[in-house]
Amino acid sequence: MTLVIVFYDLKIVNCELNIKTNNNMSDLEKFLEKIEENIKIEPKDWMPDDYRKHLQRQMSQHAHSEVIGMQPEGNWVLRAPSLRAKVILLAKIQDEAGHGQYLYSAAETLGKSRSTYINELQTRKAKYSSIFNYPTLTWADMGAVGWLVDGAAIVNQVSLQKTSYGPYSRAMVKICKEESFHQRQGYEIISNMAKGTPEQKQMAQDALDRFWWPSIMMFGPHDADSSRSENAMKWKIKNETNDQLRQKFIDKTIQQAEIIGLTIPDKDLRWNDETNHYDFGEIDWDEFWNVVKGNGPCNDDRIEHHIKAHEDGAWVREAAIAYAEKNG
Amino acid sequence: MENKEALINYCLRLGDSSLILGQRMAEWCSNGPILEEDIAMTNISLDLFGQSRMLYSYIAELEGGTNEDEIAFRRNEREFFNTLISERPNGHFGDTIARNFLIDAFSFHYYKQLVKSNNEVISAFAEKSLKEVTYHLRHSSEWMIRLGDGTEESKIKIQNALNKVWKYSDDMFDVNDGDKSLIESGIAVNPEEIKEAWNETITSVLKRAKLTRPEDGYFHKGSRNGVHSEYLGHLLTEMQYLQRAYPDAKW
Repeated sequence: MTLVIVFYDLKIVNCELNIKTNNNMSDLEKFLEKIEENIKIEPKDWMPDDYRKHLQRQMSQHAHSEVIGMQPEGNWVLRAPSLRAKVILLAKIQDEAGHGQYLYSAAETLGKSRSTYINELQTRKAKYSSIFNYPTLTWADMGAVGWLVDGAAIVNQVSLQKTSYGPYSRAMVKICKEESFHQRQGYEIISNMAKGTPEQKQMAQDALDRFWWPSIMMFGPHDADSSRSENAMKWKIKNETNDQLRQKFIDKTIQQAEIIGLTIPDKDLRWNDETNHYDFGEIDWDEFWNVVKGNGPCNDDRIEHHIKAHEDGAWVREAAIAYAEKNG
Repeated sequence: MENKEALINYCLRLGDSSLILGQRMAEWCSNGPILEEDIAMTNISLDLFGQSRMLYSYIAELEGGTNEDEIAFRRNEREFFNTLISERPNGHFGDTIARNFLIDAFSFHYYKQLVKSNNEVISAFAEKSLKEVTYHLRHSSEWMIRLGDGTEESKIKIQNALNKVWKYSDDMFDVNDGDKSLIESGIAVNPEEIKEAWNETITSVLKRAKLTRPEDGYFHKGSRNGVHSEYLGHLLTEMQYLQRAYPDAKW
């Protein structure tokens, strides 16, 4: 018996030992009942190992996305065209660093340390949103990133406020408040450019052309092809599917493009009276999977940048620890 | 009229120093040794940009027909009056901390006096900025102490960084003829008056950090008359690129 236990994850052992409680309900049944009744799961509550792993993966991926997302936007901080634009962009990036920090803390409640998560990012075991593997080539891209990328993120995050894991849900509530400001910031940049000089307008349209498809890919594969969706829905980690969220985003964004006179680069886009939604063209999933697998224009650069900053700062972190040990 | 020119030039001295250091601190974005430091350094950068904007708006009011962005993005190297030390490159984290520490200690004591300026805008600027630089000074001082009293490696690095940047510190205390007239009329503060307090702060933090105060030797100067290092031109090239490339565009 002992030998068998050794091969099990401690949590599973724990779960098996606790399987019968005084209410004659197993931990799993209790867990599922909480999910059913929309009672949040908290860090000290029993949870199935797969639930924990799913959240570790999703929440750390979310945190990594906030942190890696600082790079494509940071690419324009030094060149922002006005002082106002500069401070707004910088404040936005700072928010994202804060979101990353907050999400890492929330993810740490699942029993894995921030440094382990970061190591998984740097060794490419963990992913981050593929959108950040596209380069930001002109100032209009700051508009497109805020408007489309943050816009897509909001749709996803608003939905995640209802997620079943307490710390994740609370993090989302806090983060959503700031994200709507981010989207307005991006929309303002691209609107100003769309009504600006011909060169500015051209830059705005070009940014939309390059960021549109990657933005709608942000919601992930179609439901039928999304292997992890089933569990996530069952456990109410997600309450809406990839395709539902993608449709929401498309429906609300098309009008925003029309208002500023830009054209969404999809010839199949049209209103459907029957579904009450926009129909849209086929997503290039080859491109999506290529970028996920590391072949996007900036995958290598983003990770190398992160590793370099981390390694350059190693002596600083060591000094802080040494000081604390001496003077603690 | 002369007084107005002197006042504008004085505001440029203060505003440009904040802008250029702010730009340097923004370079740390996504490059900090730890996420919390990225946030702290961005905060400092934001404060500094805010300071420069306040003074540029005032200059725009005094001059008429211009605005904060023209002042920031359409002037050339020789028209900038920021301190030499503020344009020093970031180097490694210790280089940045040593540079900022000397600047923050200066700004802290300088703004403490400048609050008493009989120019209301300058006084309000000093009051707002003092709150901010109090935090900046705490940040850089705490890091001086941690790096000085951390590991062997960090001690060597921060001491070398301090030694290297020291020769740019006295330039902060420089004044031109316009400043002298503003000091006489109670608008500006004479930097010489805060030198003792600055020295005391430096000495006491270095003592806690177990670091050695560099010897006073030769000091580089010139920024008070708009003569800079080669670094400024590159910083401006990057910062001003869009405004220069699309002069008719509004953003």
